[in-house]
Order: sequence, then structure tokens, then C-alpha cells
Amino acid sequence: MNLLKTLNNGLLKENPSFRLVLGLCPTLAVTTSAINGIGMGLSTTAVLVGSNTVISLLRKFIPGKVRIPAFITVIAAFVTIIQMLLKAYVPTVDKALGIFIPLIVVNCIILARAEMFASKNKVMPSIFDGIGMGLGFTFALLCMGSVREMLGNGTIFGIKLFGSAFSPAIAMILPPGGFLTFGIFIGLLNKFTKKKITAPGCASCGLNCGACEGKEEVAKL
Amino acid sequence: MKELIVIILGAVLVENFVLVKFLGICPFLGVSKKVSTALGMGAAVVFVMSVASAATWLVQELLLIPYEIEYLQTITFILVIAALVQFVEIILKKFSISLYKALGVYLPLITTNCAVLGAAIINVQRGYNLLEATVYGAAAAAGFTLAIVLFAGVRERLEYSDIPESLKGFPISLISAALVSIAFLGFQGLL
Repeated sequence: MNLLKTLNNGLLKENPSFRLVLGLCPTLAVTTSAINGIGMGLSTTAVLVGSNTVISLLRKFIPGKVRIPAFITVIAAFVTIIQMLLKAYVPTVDKALGIFIPLIVVNCIILARAEMFASKNKVMPSIFDGIGMGLGFTFALLCMGSVREMLGNGTIFGIKLFGSAFSPAIAMILPPGGFLTFGIFIGLLNKFTKKKITAPGCASCGLNCGACEGKEEVAKL
Repeated sequence: MKELIVIILGAVLVENFVLVKFLGICPFLGVSKKVSTALGMGAAVVFVMSVASAATWLVQELLLIPYEIEYLQTITFILVIAALVQFVEIILKKFSISLYKALGVYLPLITTNCAVLGAAIINVQRGYNLLEATVYGAAAAAGFTLAIVLFAGVRERLEYSDIPESLKGFPISLISAALVSIAFLGFQGLL
């Protein structure tokens, strides 16, 4: 029962993209179509489940002071495995996602889950946390990808949706569309849910990855 | 010389790291509340990305290729970058306190900035030589700085605007980033 709760936590309650606002780069960059979103989401899920498992198993052996480099090495190993598998079996996905496959290493979601969950919990809950967070991320990317593909290309999963009278707004599958779609998604979520999102969520991960810590330090200056 | 100018123009304007390639979005949205802090962050990124581009190029050519272990690229590069940032921090602290005070607070934020790793990987993919790789790293970082400073200017204005309640803060930043990004689309046909 508890495992299901962990799963649900990642999928909805603490959805990494829409609620914690982590891993913005892939969320905005690869969601030009629904299928790309799913590809990226599932690759990240695989890395997340792998790294959560190994880090949870090693949690008693990794000294606290060097834990971040140790986590990054484990994550990078899984990213390399995924990179090779994609290249071998689904080269089209590998080509579409391009540089964002190796960049899964610096996706805050994975490091955040290693730091916040896997390094403190047993293996089974860590695996379920990985699956839940990963699927939550995939779901968010699928939402973004579907909307952008529909408006920008008039298709979904490559199937034509509208008649010939519909002329797609190409800007939606170009970079501006990524910012716009995500901004509107977050705005709608703010309107219809209680928790308000006012900043990217790196604060929730307590790591050095960027925004939030920057803000605190900057506030001190 | 001509190639270098093409690389610089391309990296700064045509394929701007933040607004066109979506690399380094976290600091772009996080550290862009004030123009002055945006400039500080930009300077630190320019510094680290130039050094990191050169270092990862050397690692690739002198270590990974001769020993035929290119598949370890991702692991090696991220560790080299992490070590490098620490190293730069220590050196700055020791030799130039004023520079450390100006850039120091931003340095730890840069390790997991995907722009640095992204530039290193792009350098290898495009087969740049050492000079081109370093210039590309510096120019891409300059593009990042340009974007973050421009955007900080926009955000300072946003503070005083009347915005619907649910769009306040983060959502309106994203929507204005979309508009800045549209402006950069204008550079598409430049090269």
C-alpha cells in the first residue's frame, strides 16, 4: 500500500515537471512532438530507476562528503547504458533527442531523487519512487508534446487531426512555443490548484544545480 | 579567422544557447531577477565554459580517442567539469580575492548547468579543433549572458506590471521568455 502511495506521489502529487518544476531543459526542448516527449520521458525513467536502485543499495557505503560526485558517477553510468541502447535499437529516437540524451546526467530530477529519497530509503521504495517520478515526468512531457504537436503541426503521434482549412502555428514547435506552452500550463495549474508555483523548484532539491540557491546567495549579497 | 567569426555569430545569435537550444534554463529563470546579478552569473559562465571547453577537448583528444574509450565520454566530461569548477574556485580564492568575490557565489551553481556539458559535447560532435572549441565555448556563454541580461531587463519591468493573479511570478516569466525567444528567431537566416 505504501509503495502505491510512493508511486502516486511521483505521478501526481509531486509531479517533477508541473509541481516541483525540475528538469526544465528537456521539458522545453524535446517536446516538439508527443512521441519525442514519451521517448525522453521513458529514457529518463530508466535512468532514474537504475540510479535509485544502485544508490539505495550503496547508501551505507558512500561517505557523506563525497556523495554528490558518487551519485553523479552512478547516474552517468546509467545514462551511458541508455545512450548505447537507444543508438542500437531505436536510432530514430536517438536522433530526435540528440544532445539531450547525454544531458540526462545533469537533469536535476535524478540527482534530487538520489539525494532526497534513494540515499535515505530501502531498495523497494526507491525503485517505486523512481518509477513514479519517471512516469510523472513522462506524463508531463507527453502533455507538453501533445499540445505543441497539435497546435504547431496539426497532428498527434503523426496522425492528422484537422481538415485542410487548419493552418498550424509553426511557432508552437519552435523554441518560443516551448516557453509559452509551459508558462500557460503552470498558470492554469496555479489557477485551479491550491499550491502556487512562483519559481523554478530547485529549492526543493537542496542541491547546487542553479536557480534557487542562486537566489538565496544573491539575496544575501 | 573567417571560420571563427562564423562560429561566434552562430553561437551568440543564431543558435543562442538559452533561447534557441534550451540549455541552461534553470539559471536563466532563476538568476535573472536583477540585471546586475545576471551580469555576474554571465561572467562566471563565460569563464567556466571557456576553460571547460578547452579541458574537455584535451581530455577527448589525448585520453578518450587514443585509448578508444569514447563511450565513457559522458562520465568523464561531467567529472572533469565538476573537478574543474572546484579547482577554479580554489585558485580564484587564493590568487584573486576581488574576482572571487565577484564570481565566487555563482561558481557552485555552474557544475550542473547543462550548458557547460552541452557545449563540450557539441564541440566533439562538430569536430572543432582546440582553438575553435574554446572560442565556441566562450561565444556560447556570451550568448547565454546576452539572453540572461536582456531577460533580466524585461523582468525588472514585469515587477511593476498588472498581471493576472495566477500568472504572477514564474508563469509570466516563461511567457515573456517566449516573446524574447521570438525576437531571437529573427536571427535564423543570418548565416
